[in-house]
Amino acid sequence: MLLITCPWCGPRDETEYHYGGQAHVAHPEDPSALSDEQWAAYLFYRDNPKGLFRERWVHSGGCRKWFNAVRDTVSYEIVETYVGAPGGAR
Amino acid sequence: MRLSEGGRIDRSRTLTFTLDGEEYAGHPGDTVASALVAAGRVRVGDSIYLGRPRGVFSAGIEEPNAFLRVDGGAAMTTATTTPLVDGLSAWTLSGLGVLDEEPDDRVHDKHFCHADVLVVGGGPAGLAAALVAGRTGARVTLVDDQPELGGSLLASSGEEIEGMAALDWVGIVAAELTALPEVRVLSSTSAFGSYDDNYVLALEQLPSGAGTRLHHVRAQQVVLATGAVERPLVFPGNDRPGVMLAGALRTYLNRYAALPASRVTVLTNNSSTDELVVDLEAVGVAVTVVEAGRPDALAAVAAATAGQFAGQVLAVSGGWSPVTQLWTGRQGATRWDASLAAFVPDGEVAGQQVAGAANGAFDLDGCLWEGARAGAAAATAAGFSTSAPTFRAGSGATAAYAISPVWLLGDPADTGWQHEAFVDLQRDQTVADVAKALGAGMRSVEHVKRYTSAGTGADQGKSSGLVTAGVVAALTGREVGEIGVSSQRPPYAPISFAALAGRERGDLFDPERTTPVHDWHVEHGAVLEPVGQWLRPWYYPRVKADGTVETMDEAVARECVAARTGVAMQDASTLGKIVVRGADAGEFLNRIYTNAFKRLPVGSARYGVMCGVDGMIFDDGVTLRLAEDTYFMTTTTGNAAAVLDHLEEWAQTEWPELDVTMTSVTEQWTTVAVVGPRSREVIARVAPDLDVSVEGFPFMTFRETVLAGGVPARVCRISFSGELAFEVNVSGWHGRRVWEQVFEAGADLGITPYGTEAMHVLRAEKGFPIVGQDTDGTVTPQDAGMAWVVSTKKDFVGRRSHDRVDTRRPDRKHLVGILPVDGSRLAEGTQLVAAGADLTPPVPMLGWVTSSYFSPTLGRPFGLALIESGRDRIGSTVAAVVGDRLVDVEVTSPVFYDPEGERRDG
Repeated sequence: MLLITCPWCGPRDETEYHYGGQAHVAHPEDPSALSDEQWAAYLFYRDNPKGLFRERWVHSGGCRKWFNAVRDTVSYEIVETYVGAPGGAR
Repeated sequence: MRLSEGGRIDRSRTLTFTLDGEEYAGHPGDTVASALVAAGRVRVGDSIYLGRPRGVFSAGIEEPNAFLRVDGGAAMTTATTTPLVDGLSAWTLSGLGVLDEEPDDRVHDKHFCHADVLVVGGGPAGLAAALVAGRTGARVTLVDDQPELGGSLLASSGEEIEGMAALDWVGIVAAELTALPEVRVLSSTSAFGSYDDNYVLALEQLPSGAGTRLHHVRAQQVVLATGAVERPLVFPGNDRPGVMLAGALRTYLNRYAALPASRVTVLTNNSSTDELVVDLEAVGVAVTVVEAGRPDALAAVAAATAGQFAGQVLAVSGGWSPVTQLWTGRQGATRWDASLAAFVPDGEVAGQQVAGAANGAFDLDGCLWEGARAGAAAATAAGFSTSAPTFRAGSGATAAYAISPVWLLGDPADTGWQHEAFVDLQRDQTVADVAKALGAGMRSVEHVKRYTSAGTGADQGKSSGLVTAGVVAALTGREVGEIGVSSQRPPYAPISFAALAGRERGDLFDPERTTPVHDWHVEHGAVLEPVGQWLRPWYYPRVKADGTVETMDEAVARECVAARTGVAMQDASTLGKIVVRGADAGEFLNRIYTNAFKRLPVGSARYGVMCGVDGMIFDDGVTLRLAEDTYFMTTTTGNAAAVLDHLEEWAQTEWPELDVTMTSVTEQWTTVAVVGPRSREVIARVAPDLDVSVEGFPFMTFRETVLAGGVPARVCRISFSGELAFEVNVSGWHGRRVWEQVFEAGADLGITPYGTEAMHVLRAEKGFPIVGQDTDGTVTPQDAGMAWVVSTKKDFVGRRSHDRVDTRRPDRKHLVGILPVDGSRLAEGTQLVAAGADLTPPVPMLGWVTSSYFSPTLGRPFGLALIESGRDRIGSTVAAVVGDRLVDVEVTSPVFYDPEGERRDG
């Protein structure tokens, strides 16, 4: 079981969290301006890298806050957790 | 026989037990196996597939033969790990247990804890590590699978540590560990799995077979001092009773003072058997030693045993393998150490140390030194400071280990013996089976394992895993180190499901949520239905005039009629309730719901549908506007938590600029729905200050009032049945009181409590869908016939998806009504096909029945269904597949009752 550091609460067991998929995939400003292909890319397509991956987690069993993490998909090591943009404050 | 002195048994007490109905005796400190060995019995159950006679083979968890079923205990366990208790009754198994039909009502508990340093293994290395780490003040947990600390020292003789007998040193260390306030020692506890970030699971066997305690340990640092396991040798007849691992024989002799035979032949390829020979000779046993590497080794064994095994033991040793399961379970690497002929841990695992035999240090000095070093390193890494003291072994200590690797004894030119030379005793797999796997083209040990099943038994190939690789090497002329061993996965020790379940079974399996009115429902005979984690009244059967109890259909019909013609009441408290508050709450709901909420007047209510970003219906419910900046949202009962998560996700991650917060208040409110043409009279009685007239209290509005009796209430005019209806919301503290007040106020009108089934019938008659029953995550609001609830003037979550080519397809499945032509009631889920369809597969499916009930109002069964192009088929006929026949079904509008909506004002 991973030990994940919530930026607000500190290290907690993985079971307190829910996974939220790839991070930094913003809802488009004006969806109606997008083609079906562009909308489908937002809706359905996500990266699946081997190695470091920026992803979202929510501390659902704790403070209920969303945050971002950098996780190594090979070792599962969570290298960093942060709020907001990459490099943002903890 | 039992030796008159020595061993770790308590001769002052005698314990009796039965095996296969036969009576035996032993002493505290014995295992079932050691008591059998002392009684001269090595024979256990026959082998699993071939039915060959087998004997006790080991003295520990690696046992492949001596499986038992214990009455009132484990359905399958090993005699070598079962502590003897008085009156125990056990039965031998042939390698396979049968799940006990009786519930396991022993105590199975869980314990969650943290440790600065977790030490696994209570042998010399683990003790040294725990002591050094414990002395720093670190929180240390030491787990050891034996009832007594000492590890290999329990089976040795003549060894000294710090100038005293080794077991005296163990006793002093154990006492010091027990006295250290931050140290916890868990004996009879097997660490069976090691997971990410040093999360280790360990199962403690409670004394006298009383049950188990499952420890979840999160440790900053882990020291693995798990020791080594001895390997057998492969030769024809190596499975006969009386063939035993040499180290096991030494354990029986020194730890249990149990001697299974007066003559012993030792067949060995390494120096670890030297001490066994000394110990055996010291008690007068005649020993013949045969070097496994001799060309005539098998002939020498035959000569020494004269082909006779009765009263004899053939002690075998193929060398020792470090126990690395917990290390490799964390993706720790291993390397082949040719001088040990074994795989040893290599590289690093974050926060872990390996010490002693588990690390390939097979001598006592090495174990003590590595243990002390690992304990100091772990404590230092956990933030405590120490310098590792050294513990010195005396002159009698285990000497340096030397091995001449031999795996397989047998004439390579002749293969006739191969089917009698076993690589895996538990799975009855022989050299012939391995040869067959190789002949079929298998090369990797992973493939050989799966082709033969060697290594897949209850013992998980603990002693045989590397032997299989050795046989592959011998048959193919390759090197063992290059072949490797198959992956080892948790659990290291067999764990019962009862232990994993712990107390989370029966009533404690899942939280059970009940409303403040729950006891009233039970007292009034409600049959309950689980909805999510809630228990809701399903229907309230009454005793009829003839003394019999109503069937469900009778009760539901009566409840429906009351709601349509008189007055009925339902506990609607389980609906999810979320207060949405903030200056931007209206804007937020506008973006969340498909329809508009920003301009909803204070005091009004509106039904809303929310979609996922994929445009599919996610939830629905009525939302009230309490104040300019405050809304009161209701959700479906089972989806309340998911809706709150959904709102939080959008508020936090997409629109952090909006001033809005969400608070779940589901359990703070009790909601009493009062339904039916006479509901107005009841509400007028319980809320005398309220103007309940149609003009004074219009549909889809709410009023704050104080009920007769003084309870403040929020009364809404909303309806899930199409009838005139009110919902009385009060603080949960007053829930039952107000429920009873309404019930009494309507008594002379025949007010009828109704459950979820009647609610379903009433709403289905009106064509109101239930999210999750009539929708399934592939249904848009347009599919469900609710285009009217989808705004075209504003953006909302999922809107763009409604313009996708796929969601605009004319042949999407639509929610429509169905009437089975023959008047039968179809099962929900029934598949719908074209009328008169040929039932030879494949049969094109048009859709399925999502809701199906008997309607007392219509006087017939009816239903809702999702049907391809359903709205275009209204008035036509499709067919329901019922078993192997077709039932014609008329497709209708989903609204069966009061399509003009004339009844909602009473």
